Amino acid sequence: MPTATPSAPTNQLGFTKQDYVGSKSTLCAGCGHDAITAQIINAAFESNIEGYRVTKYSGIGCSSKTPAYFINQGWGFNSVHGRMPAIATGSSLANRNLINIGVSGDGDSMSIGMGQFVHAVRRNIPMIYIIEDNGVYGLTKGQFSATADKGSFLKSGAVNDLPPVDPCTLAIELGCGFVARCFSGNPKQLSAILKSAFAYQGTVVLDIISPCVTFNNHDASTRSYKHVKDHDFPLHDLGFIQYSEVEDVDIAAGATEVVTFPDGSRVAIKAIHEDYDPTDRFGAMKAIHQSMAKGEFLTGLLYINPTQPPLTEVLNLVDEPLASLGEAQLKPSPAVLEEIMRSLM
Amino acid sequence: MTASLAAPSMPVGAKTRINDFSIQVATVNGSGSQTANSVLLRAIFQMGVFVSGKNLFPSNIAGLPTWFTIRASAKGYVARKASNEMLILMNPETAKEDIAKSDPGALVIYDEPLQLDKLRADLSYIPVPFQKLVTASCPEPKLHKLVKNMIYVGVAARLLSVDMAEVRNAISKQLKGKAKAIEINQAAATAGYDWAMENLPDQDHIKVVRDNKTQGLIIVDGNEACALGALFAGVTVVGWYPITPASSLVETFIDYAEEYRKDPKTGKSTVAIVQMEDELASAGVVLAAGWAGARSMTSTAGPGVSLMSEFIGLGYYVEAPGVFFNVARTGPSTGLPTRTQQSDVELCAKCSHGDTQHINLYPGNMEECFQFAYDAFDLAERFQTPIFVVTDLDLGMQNWSSKPFAYPATPYDRGKVLNQQQLAEAIDWGRYKDVDGDGICYRSLPGTPGGKGAYFTRGSGHNDYAQYSEKPEDYVAVVDRLKRKYETAKTHVPAPVFRNQGSSKGILAFGSSDPAVIEAQDLLVERGLKTDYLRLRALPFTAGIDAFVKEKQVVYVVEQNRDGQMANLLRETYPEQATKFKSVLHYNGHAIDAQCIVDQITAFEQK
Ligand SMILES: Cc1ncc(C[n+]2csc(CCOP(=O)(O)OP(=O)(O)O)c2C)c(N)n1
Ligand code: SF4
Ligand SMILES: [Mg+2]
Repeated sequence: MPTATPSAPTNQLGFTKQDYVGSKSTLCAGCGHDAITAQIINAAFESNIEGYRVTKYSGIGCSSKTPAYFINQGWGFNSVHGRMPAIATGSSLANRNLINIGVSGDGDSMSIGMGQFVHAVRRNIPMIYIIEDNGVYGLTKGQFSATADKGSFLKSGAVNDLPPVDPCTLAIELGCGFVARCFSGNPKQLSAILKSAFAYQGTVVLDIISPCVTFNNHDASTRSYKHVKDHDFPLHDLGFIQYSEVEDVDIAAGATEVVTFPDGSRVAIKAIHEDYDPTDRFGAMKAIHQSMAKGEFLTGLLYINPTQPPLTEVLNLVDEPLASLGEAQLKPSPAVLEEIMRSLM
Repeated sequence: MTASLAAPSMPVGAKTRINDFSIQVATVNGSGSQTANSVLLRAIFQMGVFVSGKNLFPSNIAGLPTWFTIRASAKGYVARKASNEMLILMNPETAKEDIAKSDPGALVIYDEPLQLDKLRADLSYIPVPFQKLVTASCPEPKLHKLVKNMIYVGVAARLLSVDMAEVRNAISKQLKGKAKAIEINQAAATAGYDWAMENLPDQDHIKVVRDNKTQGLIIVDGNEACALGALFAGVTVVGWYPITPASSLVETFIDYAEEYRKDPKTGKSTVAIVQMEDELASAGVVLAAGWAGARSMTSTAGPGVSLMSEFIGLGYYVEAPGVFFNVARTGPSTGLPTRTQQSDVELCAKCSHGDTQHINLYPGNMEECFQFAYDAFDLAERFQTPIFVVTDLDLGMQNWSSKPFAYPATPYDRGKVLNQQQLAEAIDWGRYKDVDGDGICYRSLPGTPGGKGAYFTRGSGHNDYAQYSEKPEDYVAVVDRLKRKYETAKTHVPAPVFRNQGSSKGILAFGSSDPAVIEAQDLLVERGLKTDYLRLRALPFTAGIDAFVKEKQVVYVVEQNRDGQMANLLRETYPEQATKFKSVLHYNGHAIDAQCIVDQITAFEQK
């Protein structure tokens, strides 16, 4: 039920932004994850998301706690370490009307949960898969994660000798049709990407650099606010137009590209730095690798292919959610049992 | 034809074993012998005789030795019998050892070039020129290897007096609709039969005589029976990962779903089946689907359950339903992956870390595989928890004859789920509030409109309202309620069944041991010992078990594992009766047989 007060602005459903908040965060003050939560709330509000349809899944970590902090109208499932994708898979199959948001960490997804990440992306589960990437295990007090840069330092001075895993190139490699990298310190870009993500049908992989102020924000860190800000290369300005908005809404002048989703929503992409084509899969891979070699974070919509069918379609499931099918639709008749029994005689 | 069929060790005029014998067939895996053996079994079945088959196969696709035992029993004993009256030896690799191990007096059909007849004097040898016969009967050389085995079916049919018409029927049935294969195989079987007619004299060692015991019965394996139970229970989400001996449960389900779970108008499917990347992921899919309101299942074996255990604990603690079939095999580790055992009893009873207790169902025959599979979905939704249906390779993959399954008439029990209107009307609803005092709370399903009922599910500490809590009293309240819920289950799971002979000596067994125990009871009576037999069918233990144990002087707990796992659970549950439980064990990977039970109980009794 919308709880609009006369003063607060409402969206098309009559909800205020307050209707999209969750419980109070218990993360460290200044944690990047909280900034992401704020943008999820914002994007859900602006995208006119029906809160009751939202399901929020997570594994274990500071990042995985955040689904409790947004959209209280939706159901949450904080599961076990690294296994959020399986939870999202089962639930999204049970009810294809759900809007699925998974929140994970770099430890949760790129170490213990790497297998599940890979296969969820491969299956194109209908979900927004957010990796709140701080290069460390926050909740277990600051050990390196698998996305930590080679040669980077822990607060204690320990050096990481191993190369990082990059969730974005990995996701593109796996066939993901919506891959973006963002920075929790760039709310405008993050909000536009999240709104586009809500309109997408399959798996959206968002690697959001999200500094851990307690364990990985020191001067020698490559995931500190300062370092990321200095090395952030936003690719473009994004404008998102939801399908429900007027057809001929103005797209930002100078936009180089407009990508249209099956539901009619559009993202307008205006290049800033270079001529980057996010519909070119191989070009995207190359550009990301080149920027990583330079120690930069290329942020924005890295790759988009709006027409990939999600698993629910691949499996050719009935339109009605499986969870709401009853005995009448599910239980074969006595005649069927008789027929089967005869075949076994 | 030189060999004499009167076994030297057999006294002349010894009684012919009519419809009461075992045949062991030794072949090479992947040689098509499975079809031949099934045909022979089915032909005897069609003669109206109780028959059971046990396939002892290797973990290999082709090339390793495999044995198939067919037991005919007028009395209806279907357990494995340790001794065999007829051997069919097709595998050069094992023939000598098979001969060495065989019982005196056995008829030995073998491939002529193996020249086995000098090995022992106390057997009756029947060399068969298989290659010659197959060449003459089958025009296509590349099929020779596959149909060669069908020749021994014809030879055995002739020796046993099985009607060739039944063999031909059995071939048609086995090779459903494949006209050419049927023709070639029928020709091969006939060639064997005709050759035996011409070249072998009658034997009066073992015989099949037409009876009417199998009229109206079906032949089925437990995996198929469970798959059918799930089909009728309306499963809507399946997450699985292949593993012997559990794969065919889901694979059979897939076949049936193809036919019976498609919307007739749109052709769209009413079940989502996903082969996951591993069993842990499968468990997650099952529990999350159950959490979201689907009826969900997976099928696995011991290694899969080990992998799933982190999620099983989550399911128990957050109270998410799901059905977990464990078709057990021989552990630990990879163990003997194609052999049977009941060694996951404790694993499934308490799967996962922390204090956990799970509802387990132990079907003991095909009808129960079907019915318990059906019931498991009701129990999962009623108790909002993972339910294990524990069978084993013997039940799951072997051929069993059974009465046709009765239509499960009880309507689905979808448990305590509040819909939009009920949520709107509910006063102070809390996801984990025990309103009814039975430990089972009311849940809501994600996606329910109306703005009520959303809650946050977490595997960490929570209170009645599903809020995060580390308070000692909140924690204890939840785990104590879960225990109360488990108590409630005692009146919902299947009660034990009894086969009592009026004795103070008890036998307690479960699952696939049932036929061997029944036969052992009868054998013990012949030796002057009556027993009362309780067949356990579920965890938690129900009231009837307590009463039975209290009443008995001793309870022999029969199980197919080394450590007496069920006896351990019984001792833990009934500490005052602990000394009464004596373990009768069988755990070499072969299905349990009656004689080993008789021997062990006799030894205890003589102490
Ligand atoms: C099976 C298992 N192993 C280990 C842990 C301990 N653990 C909790 S959170 C975590 C790492 C989380 O790191 P990340 O996903 O990056 O989240 P962050 O806290 O950095 O947001 C670990 C190792 C656990 N909960 N479960
Ligand atoms: S430890 Fe790091 S990741 Fe965790 S809440 Fe604090 S700042 Fe955030
Ligand atoms: Mg992290």
